[in-house]
Amino acid sequence: MARRARPAMPSASAFETPPRAAVLAGRLAAYPTVSVTPGGSASRLSLRAPQKSRAALSRALGLKLPESPRQTAASGPRAALWLGPDEWLVLDSEGADLAAVLAPVVALHSAVDVSHRNQSILVAGPGAEAALSAGCPLDVSLQAFPVGTATRTLMGKAEIVLWRMEAGTFRVECWRSFADYCFTLLGLGARDAAI
Amino acid sequence: MTAFRLANAGRLTPAREIRFSFDGKQMTGLEGDTLASALLANGIHLVGRSFKYHRPRGILSAGSEEPNALVGIHRDAARKTPNVRATVQELYDGLEAVSQNRWPSLSFDTGAVNDLAAPFFSAGFYYKTFMWPKVAWKRLYEPNIRAAAGLGVAPDEPDPDHYASRYAHCDVLVVGGGAAGIAAALAAGEAGARVILCDEQAEIGGALRYEAGASIDGQDGWSWARAQMARLAGMANVRVLTRCTAFGYHAQNIVALTERLTDHLASPPADMPRERLWQVRAKRVILATGAIERHMVFPGNDRPGVMLAGAARAYLNHYGVAVGRRIGIYTANDSAYHAALDLKRAGQRVQVIVDLREDPKGQVVEEARAAGIEVLTAHGVVATSGRLRIAAMIARPAGGGRERSYSVDALLTSAGWTPSVHLFSQSRGKLAFDDSRQIFLPGEASQDCVSIGACAGIEDLSATLEEGYAAGEAAAGGSRKKPDARTVVSENWSGGMVGTGPGAGPNDRGRAFIDFQNDVTAKDIRQAVREGMRSIEHVKRFTTNGMATDQGKTSNLHGLAIAAEALDKPIPEVGLTTFRQPFTPVTFGALVGHGRGPLFDVTRRTAMHQFAEDHGAVFEDVGNWKRAWYFPRAGEDMHAAVARECRTVRQSAGIFDASTLGKIEVVGPDAATFLELLYTNPWQKLAPGRCRYGLMLREDGFIYDDGVIGRLADDRFHVTTTTGGAARVLHHMEDYLQTEFPHLNVWLTSVSEQWAVIAVQGPKAREIVAPLVEGCDVSDEAMPHMSVRECRVAGAQARLFRMSFTGERGFEINVPADYGPAVMEAVWAEAEKHGACMYGTETMHVLRAEKGYIIVGQETDGTVTPGDCGLDWAIGKKKTDFVGIRGLMRPDLVAGGRKQLVGLLPKNPKQALEEGAQIVANPKQAKPMTMIGHITSAYWSEALGRHFALALLKDGRERIGETLFVPMPDRNIEVEVTGTVFYDEGGEKLHG
Repeated sequence: MARRARPAMPSASAFETPPRAAVLAGRLAAYPTVSVTPGGSASRLSLRAPQKSRAALSRALGLKLPESPRQTAASGPRAALWLGPDEWLVLDSEGADLAAVLAPVVALHSAVDVSHRNQSILVAGPGAEAALSAGCPLDVSLQAFPVGTATRTLMGKAEIVLWRMEAGTFRVECWRSFADYCFTLLGLGARDAAI
Repeated sequence: MTAFRLANAGRLTPAREIRFSFDGKQMTGLEGDTLASALLANGIHLVGRSFKYHRPRGILSAGSEEPNALVGIHRDAARKTPNVRATVQELYDGLEAVSQNRWPSLSFDTGAVNDLAAPFFSAGFYYKTFMWPKVAWKRLYEPNIRAAAGLGVAPDEPDPDHYASRYAHCDVLVVGGGAAGIAAALAAGEAGARVILCDEQAEIGGALRYEAGASIDGQDGWSWARAQMARLAGMANVRVLTRCTAFGYHAQNIVALTERLTDHLASPPADMPRERLWQVRAKRVILATGAIERHMVFPGNDRPGVMLAGAARAYLNHYGVAVGRRIGIYTANDSAYHAALDLKRAGQRVQVIVDLREDPKGQVVEEARAAGIEVLTAHGVVATSGRLRIAAMIARPAGGGRERSYSVDALLTSAGWTPSVHLFSQSRGKLAFDDSRQIFLPGEASQDCVSIGACAGIEDLSATLEEGYAAGEAAAGGSRKKPDARTVVSENWSGGMVGTGPGAGPNDRGRAFIDFQNDVTAKDIRQAVREGMRSIEHVKRFTTNGMATDQGKTSNLHGLAIAAEALDKPIPEVGLTTFRQPFTPVTFGALVGHGRGPLFDVTRRTAMHQFAEDHGAVFEDVGNWKRAWYFPRAGEDMHAAVARECRTVRQSAGIFDASTLGKIEVVGPDAATFLELLYTNPWQKLAPGRCRYGLMLREDGFIYDDGVIGRLADDRFHVTTTTGGAARVLHHMEDYLQTEFPHLNVWLTSVSEQWAVIAVQGPKAREIVAPLVEGCDVSDEAMPHMSVRECRVAGAQARLFRMSFTGERGFEINVPADYGPAVMEAVWAEAEKHGACMYGTETMHVLRAEKGYIIVGQETDGTVTPGDCGLDWAIGKKKTDFVGIRGLMRPDLVAGGRKQLVGLLPKNPKQALEEGAQIVANPKQAKPMTMIGHITSAYWSEALGRHFALALLKDGRERIGETLFVPMPDRNIEVEVTGTVFYDEGGEKLHG
């Protein structure tokens, strides 16, 4: 693959890097059995690649890109969520420059920075499943959707990526202009789940 | 203690008195009462007036099948629920109920004049009477019929309650918590399955609530049900939902339930939803929906005090209420005898049991006789009397003969039990007619569901329990274990009839009601058949039988039997009308759930929305987006604001939020090849760092979308689409990539929301941008029009485009969206130094139209080609393939006479033109005129000092210079045809 020459950025800038203005800053929906909170900023990459590139990309990312539906792989702050036969959502909660991590990889792939496209929402607590079920038609019980499962699905009218990080903690990834809708709906779901 | 509450009967606690009112009259009931049982305890049967004839009506049933006792429940001004069944409404302290369909009062109702005129209001009355004159329908008949029609009054304030919704998944959904359902849920739960058991009543138990003769393992039925409830509650894998009605059975075993959470509470907690909609996906559905008792069809059977025998038992055995002191019974089956015995044991006088059957043989018949109750067999009730409540009944031998009159204050009837096959039928399961019992039973299922207990025609309690346990275990995937040893004592409920009894035959005069809610009588059914209705669907619609809110739960089978008799056909040949959801009425609130107010639909806002709001923007809806439309300053209307914004952009500069544009990153070694195929333009030779206007066609050759595409690297393009086209263009591309060009190594990623886009347009654009840019030279020489650079702007990583949609020198700054607000502030600080302004979509539209730039969807409508719009230049002349290339060669697309994009200038510069207006050559021609074109865009141009328009005009380019006319309602506007570029035709400003 003809590699893209990354443009030379001036190392010294007269400007400070602006603060990230998250859509959901300051939002909170806390109830006795479940809380809905903004997931914090992260770097994100939409990674597309054929099977033959998987090993090289896995090496560069420091985790094994999952190969079957709904699987995830995590290593430290970094995680890769299987979204399709040639598609992963790669997340880094510490904001690493994931495009730079993959820049040296020669194997065929497409890496597109979507760090700011998505916002994340954490739904945590024993009522998390019930809160999600206010808008998500999937079976999110532990037996049907175990820890480490992720999938593209719906939250009401919005498309989301849903990832069960722990038994009682889900991460919802949605596009930024849908974040208010998703958060509000999850908040109402959480209120109902707490009853 | 109220008059009809018995000390020796029922399960309610006498000390738990609560207050309620009915039509303003204060009364007391007991905790656990329904409104119906509380009214009956106070001796009240009359609760409403019927829909059509305004006849006095009482309480017929003790359940959700109730057709008569519909009342309004008022909590406050906004919480007034009409048409609530008193038999379902649980009593709470302070409940306020009002009767309906009466004026001025329930006991004296002027509408009852309809009852006297009943001979004129027979079936089909509306269809036949209001035929002519035609004009009267709209002005006279319909308004009056509408005013007279309808039951109850809807509240006139918005619903202040909230409603929740949940999706749920389970192995087994058990619908109905009677003996069968309890057994099934227990067996499935104990086998480890995920179980949901729902029941519409406040507590599970079903008919065990009143079936006093039943016992299980030495416990009476109700105590057994309570004990099983405790067991179910202890299972983590079982969820029991009470006050929860399964109302819709959809494809693939999705069943909709509505759970009522606050309607029974005196002071509902603020956080609690009024109702919760459950959408349950079950691997298997077990239907244990029971059976509904039918009333006997005889003249005068609708008088208050005439009710179902089973209901009277429920009021007695559960609520401790005697429905009367002098009871008459009219039946064709054994279960009503139990009612007689229960009431007699509780100290009430049972005047007579009239049994239509020749020779009933059940043990319970002997018990009744032994208890000293008069039993008249082979007799029917042929008349009743009493104005607002039954006072007497007249019995007669079925074959005719001496009439006997009995003084009664309640008449309990039972024609037998109709299996509740509603949900099974909704699931598309086939019904089978049981000839011997004259009932429809579940036949072949079409989904993974099974019917058990009374809804499957099982009458015996022991058999019901066995079937329940077996169904539960099978649904859980378990094998049939040896059942627990159970000693079950069951009542015998056999017998039953459908259709009319004596006195309600074809030659009888009296009105025998079938459908109480819609006032349909046996006569009406026969008349429908006489008037030519053959299909039961036609009979139903002509008579409205079964079309009221109770959906004919008590009436359908009777109506069918009478129609079959009149048609002289067996019942199954006449057929059954379709069972439709909802099983019982469902509030709109439950269906809407969370989807109201801000959640009615997604409202999409850009990263700089707050900035625009702070600067006074007025927003417009563009799809789901809120876009800044214009930025009025103090004293400005829209016209003044847009004029100022246009002026400012042309004189200095304007700042515009272009974030909503669709953006697709196209990456891979075959990226250019792919774009060659999807766009008309050539892309292979576009150098990295340069941009080009791209035009996308559909296969038919018509314009589908457009946008500027920048090449970031050999294998990476930044594609923009129209705001409205963002999603569909990506799908269109993905569709072609996966189906037509799967061999290409290229991937598409939506980055619409990754980038916030700040457009800086105007002669001062570079001065504004330059101080903020690091890492690239923005001079005209280094960064000419239509180029793109990756750099930093105000400290943020950026994709900086040199491009223009205004005709001025322009930049579009793309920064990662979270940085948008900060970068916007920085740009604005620079912009203010140059007297620039914020501008909105309206100004954007004006400025681009002055340059003749099209907007897809405004100048185009799906039938416009590149040639029509003067965009032939955008088609790569040497290209041999792209989507739409063959479409463009179609004869119609290359023939003359097509509409072409032109400009229009009104002869009077101050004369506004309207978008959508038609264009004619000669305004004096006869109507309908020959229309030769239409206006697609029309604005006031501040730069030109006049109105102008863009239009699609037949052979338009040949007509440049001609004078044409735009006919409007009040005048013909004279216009001159021009080219499409009104401003800076040479493009000097663009290139700087």
